[in-house]
Amino acid sequence: MIRAAIAAASSLLVLFIALPLAALYLHASPARLAAAFASPAAVAALRISLETTAASLALTIAFGTPLAYALARGAFAGRTAIDALVDLPIVVPPAVAGLALLFVFGRYGLAAPALDALHVRVAFTTAAVVLAQLFVGTPFYVRAARAGFASVDRLYEEASATLGLGPLRTFAAITVPLALPALAGGAVLAWARALGEFGATIMFAGNLQGVTQTLPLAVYLGLENGDIDLAAALAVLLVTIAIAVVAAARALERRAA
Amino acid sequence: MIEVSARKALRTFTLDVDVRFARGVTVLAGPSGAGKSTVLRLIAGLVRPDAGRVALEGRTLHDERTFVAPFRRDVAYVFQEYALFPHLSALENVAFGLRARGVARGARHDVARRWLERLGIAPLERARPHALSGGERQRVALARALAWEPRALLLDEPFAALDGATAARVRDELRPTLHALGVPVVLVTHDETDARTFDAPVIRIEAGRVIA
Repeated sequence: MIRAAIAAASSLLVLFIALPLAALYLHASPARLAAAFASPAAVAALRISLETTAASLALTIAFGTPLAYALARGAFAGRTAIDALVDLPIVVPPAVAGLALLFVFGRYGLAAPALDALHVRVAFTTAAVVLAQLFVGTPFYVRAARAGFASVDRLYEEASATLGLGPLRTFAAITVPLALPALAGGAVLAWARALGEFGATIMFAGNLQGVTQTLPLAVYLGLENGDIDLAAALAVLLVTIAIAVVAAARALERRAA
Repeated sequence: MIEVSARKALRTFTLDVDVRFARGVTVLAGPSGAGKSTVLRLIAGLVRPDAGRVALEGRTLHDERTFVAPFRRDVAYVFQEYALFPHLSALENVAFGLRARGVARGARHDVARRWLERLGIAPLERARPHALSGGERQRVALARALAWEPRALLLDEPFAALDGATAARVRDELRPTLHALGVPVVLVTHDETDARTFDAPVIRIEAGRVIA
């Protein structure tokens, strides 16, 4: 009786997750997919998404790696608070994140005087897409990297030092390779989160084809304009990438463990 | 000659020693938790004393004004757990100190190979540490410490992780190698057998003080 109830509840929920995703694939016949991907909107969205996520991932790694190492190894005031702060973007609604970014980088934002002086406009440009992705994606990388660095036994770093390698070279030759599965897993998750970014982007960067229109925004606009085939084709692409990401992240988690 | 004249507050007592280690092997003996490893870490620069001086062949490594970072001391350290780099092969582990000193890949691998041969583990050069036995790891760790000709060698309980028979064999094999090095060698042990059989001066410490 109980086993039957568990089986029923489980099957319903699994079906609830699988069915909508399957429906996307059912809608997308090869001919429809080919036609959709040939459209200028799809090509532009794909290009914008690849370029912006590459840029935001590079920034995430460049700035997130030192932060993660400091959180894993450093003893400094406010470490716990910073640790919690870095996790916040995961739970802050993306639209709120977009609004918050506007309050800093927008026309009347906190950074506006500095940006004006440099004649730089950020909001509603491609750079805004990158910043929105950086904001929402960073926690996934920093969390994973922090755990990865924490799992590297200090003894290896000490051994490297006694063998003559300075701190930076030890970090590159010992710490990073030993934490690599965790770093790569975090990078994959951060990239995937950036690729799927919608709410913060549309608030902070807008929805301009060829400038700020990423794949998720193009899906939304396709539906708005009644171009269901385009929306479904791009959706299929995103779901396919998501499946690959989950598989890759799991493989890397197994290696990290 | 290694000079350690240093004070360092530890959890349950204060280490307070004034000792010299001449060239050749010196055994630093004492019960677990006596502060033996801390003496080694002071010499290697992995721990800073609260006060005092550490010097090697007259060169000050630590005093009130000086702190030479561990990677600039040329002091080799064989850790009790060996600390072999798990992502590198036995050969790459042994060559690591030469790599740090900018020796080209081919040349450092040649030197590393000779050390592996000398310690009887040449066929294992491509093996990763996890695939090695305790005795093999011990030899790789020793080869890694010696391949770059350090100015001093510190061995922390080098036989503790080995079973009795292996420990005795490795001890017999190592004795001539260590005695022939021509640099100060400090061998830390809590095992009286090591202290007796190494045919070397013994310094004993207990609760942070030298007692004999």
